[in-house]
Amino acid sequence: MTAGAALSAAGLGVTIRGRPALSGLGFDIRPGGVFGLVGESGSGKSMTALALMGLLPDGARATGRVEMGGRDILGLPESEMCALRGREIGMIFQEPMTALNPVQTIGAQVAETLVVHGAADRAGARAAAADRLARVGLPADRVPPTRYPHELSGGQRQRVCIAMAVALRPKLLIADEPTTALDVTTQAKILDLLGRLVAEDGMSLMLITHDLSVVAGMAERVAVMQEGRIVETAATEALFRRRAHPYTRRLFAAASHVPGRTAAAAGARPAPLLEVREAVRDYPLARRGLWGAPPVFRAVNRVSFTLDEGESLGLVGESGCGKSTLTRAILGLEPLQGGAIRLDGEEVRAGAAMPPSLRRRMQVVFQDPYGSFNPRHRVARLVAEPFHLMGGPPPDARERVAAALAAVGLGPGDMDRFIHEFSGGQRQRIAIARALIIRPKLIVLDEAVSALDVSIRAQILDLLADLQGRFGLSYLFISHDLTVVRAITDRVLVMKAGEIVEEGGTGAVFAAPRHRYTQQLIAAAPAIPEHWMENGHGA
Amino acid sequence: MSGRASPALGLGAALFAVFALAAALSLAWTPHDVAALDIAGRLAGPSAAHWLGTDHFGRDIVSMLMVGARTSIAVAIVAVGMGLALGVPLGLWAAARHGGLIDEAIMRGNDLVFAFPALVIAILITAVFGPSAVNAILAIGIFNTPVFARVTRGAALSLWTLDYILAARVAGKGAVRISVEHILPNIANLLVVQGTIQFSLGILAEAGLSYVGLGAQPPVPSWGRMLAESQTMIAFAPQLALLPGLAIVLTVLGLNLMGDGLRDFLDPRLRRAR
Repeated sequence: MTAGAALSAAGLGVTIRGRPALSGLGFDIRPGGVFGLVGESGSGKSMTALALMGLLPDGARATGRVEMGGRDILGLPESEMCALRGREIGMIFQEPMTALNPVQTIGAQVAETLVVHGAADRAGARAAAADRLARVGLPADRVPPTRYPHELSGGQRQRVCIAMAVALRPKLLIADEPTTALDVTTQAKILDLLGRLVAEDGMSLMLITHDLSVVAGMAERVAVMQEGRIVETAATEALFRRRAHPYTRRLFAAASHVPGRTAAAAGARPAPLLEVREAVRDYPLARRGLWGAPPVFRAVNRVSFTLDEGESLGLVGESGCGKSTLTRAILGLEPLQGGAIRLDGEEVRAGAAMPPSLRRRMQVVFQDPYGSFNPRHRVARLVAEPFHLMGGPPPDARERVAAALAAVGLGPGDMDRFIHEFSGGQRQRIAIARALIIRPKLIVLDEAVSALDVSIRAQILDLLADLQGRFGLSYLFISHDLTVVRAITDRVLVMKAGEIVEEGGTGAVFAAPRHRYTQQLIAAAPAIPEHWMENGHGA
Repeated sequence: MSGRASPALGLGAALFAVFALAAALSLAWTPHDVAALDIAGRLAGPSAAHWLGTDHFGRDIVSMLMVGARTSIAVAIVAVGMGLALGVPLGLWAAARHGGLIDEAIMRGNDLVFAFPALVIAILITAVFGPSAVNAILAIGIFNTPVFARVTRGAALSLWTLDYILAARVAGKGAVRISVEHILPNIANLLVVQGTIQFSLGILAEAGLSYVGLGAQPPVPSWGRMLAESQTMIAFAPQLALLPGLAIVLTVLGLNLMGDGLRDFLDPRLRRAR
């Protein structure tokens, strides 16, 4: 325990109904320092933050010492913790939409923090709130404090959360995955803001994240967590260079994992599989009046590209750029307002007009491993669903389901289990098995690995590469994550505001982006300095 | 579905079970014939022969309450069944055609029905087609339909945005198949809860219609009519009004407790939060 630390924890442990969840955590956070806490889901990162804030769930008990300003805050009664929260320790969360009250204006919510802690009266708090909002980049003339959370973008909402958390200039700000739900360019801006606040206020920041490259650019010290313990802690650069603990090494290897892929056969150019020509997709907006056609929003604007057989094509863009809309049109779920999409030379039309023989040539894997399955069906039935396109399950359906499960590394015994019995990574394997079962030519992977931990992500990427080699699949890989796209695709398309702004070989585009937007994207992506990663792991 | 049952669920189910059993028993046996008049023994207090006494015609109150429970429950079951049978498919259809003409037509039709006070229209129907238990059922059933349609559509709409519905569409399944296979099983718990609430409202509505003489006709006993017949005697025989009133209150209370309890029991999100 270091004297003069903003916060120092020693022997911090948490038990939930007698079972240990965290044990023996010790760390110091220097005033004005940024401390990174890194680990995969379930490692206890968020639990640590909740323990510091005294916000543990029912049935959980904290032990050990957490010192702040010379006193142990772990044993404080709830009334004193209330005074401490917000005033001494602020916190921001991953999902800014759910952290804000949807029926209160942002100004009122920031003012509330000030009033609760007696820092201002109602009238003074309003002015102070506008001031705090301006400080986090929401000036009153551009984003008035009278706005409601739903009127803001994700990044702006996170700024409001930050304004609330730092309104009273706390000594410590705990940020739990503050940028995970945000786009890469927004993430860069929020990280900049946090860095600026730390520098200006001399506030300490505890940055909790799964993303090694985020801590690399922000933190001065890093702790790596695994299963409720800190396995390694050191100054950031030293830890990145040394990687002393085997788990740290595994984490680094997984984060930068590039699956081994069999190069596409050289020689004759393969036949085009998917051709998108001048595709246009409009959405009607809310009517302005009772009469007249409603105005339209053009989500996809004259997009053209070709995907060859056996190829992996990446489609990169930020949220709202139209990539999901384009995906639905390609899958024949929503009609186009112009242009055409051809699969194997046959035109894709939405709805019942699309023959099953065409539909069965493509399948899809979605992002959310929890929402992708009907919770009331067993795995055998879930995986067999695409047999509908063959006019019902064939006589050997069970064998084929077992074979598809085996192809993704699951056993036949899993067929009779329900989906909630599986982890996120296993569910994503099941989703891939469902896509594989009728041997499509094209699999659309819509952010298919974005919700997974790095080590699981590496396994799924390996699996995808392996399946591509074995079954001659083509992938359309849609993602906002540049690292992943770089690892798995041959060519890449960059989409912005409904248009493709850049197209080219993945290596070429990442090495020398031509379009300004692509350059911004690549520059905004946090990266671990390359010289930190040299000389392997030894010494 | 293996959540812990709340005390409300147990109490509610027990209360309702008492009346449901009494109603079932009345099919085979009642202490006395409900049509048997005994003017000499009218307005008698509780005795070994008549556990809760007799009314102004000397009919046995226990027997009348038992048969009244049967009338109420039968009307409510059929009315809820009608609401489910019409409302759920309409709601599923509207959700499947979300934003389209069909959706608009169904939901505006719903609004139209909602716009009329239910009991007034029920009175209108029975006034036009004549008072009878069947017309009471029709009237209550019609007003159950938009309730179920709206609940179904709302829940189905949120399901339609889920990835597993998209996956089913990619597998070439049509709206009808998806509605039956994926949506209906996942909103069944909501419908059970709503059904319980509508059931209690149905019992109230039947009592109300019978009270104004538009429900079950004499000599079939009904709680509402027992109330109406006894109100002139409330000064000297208050138990005649109190007993059917109590029966209505306890049944409706039981059903509402059961509905609340079932909602907590069947909703996995609420269960986890407990």
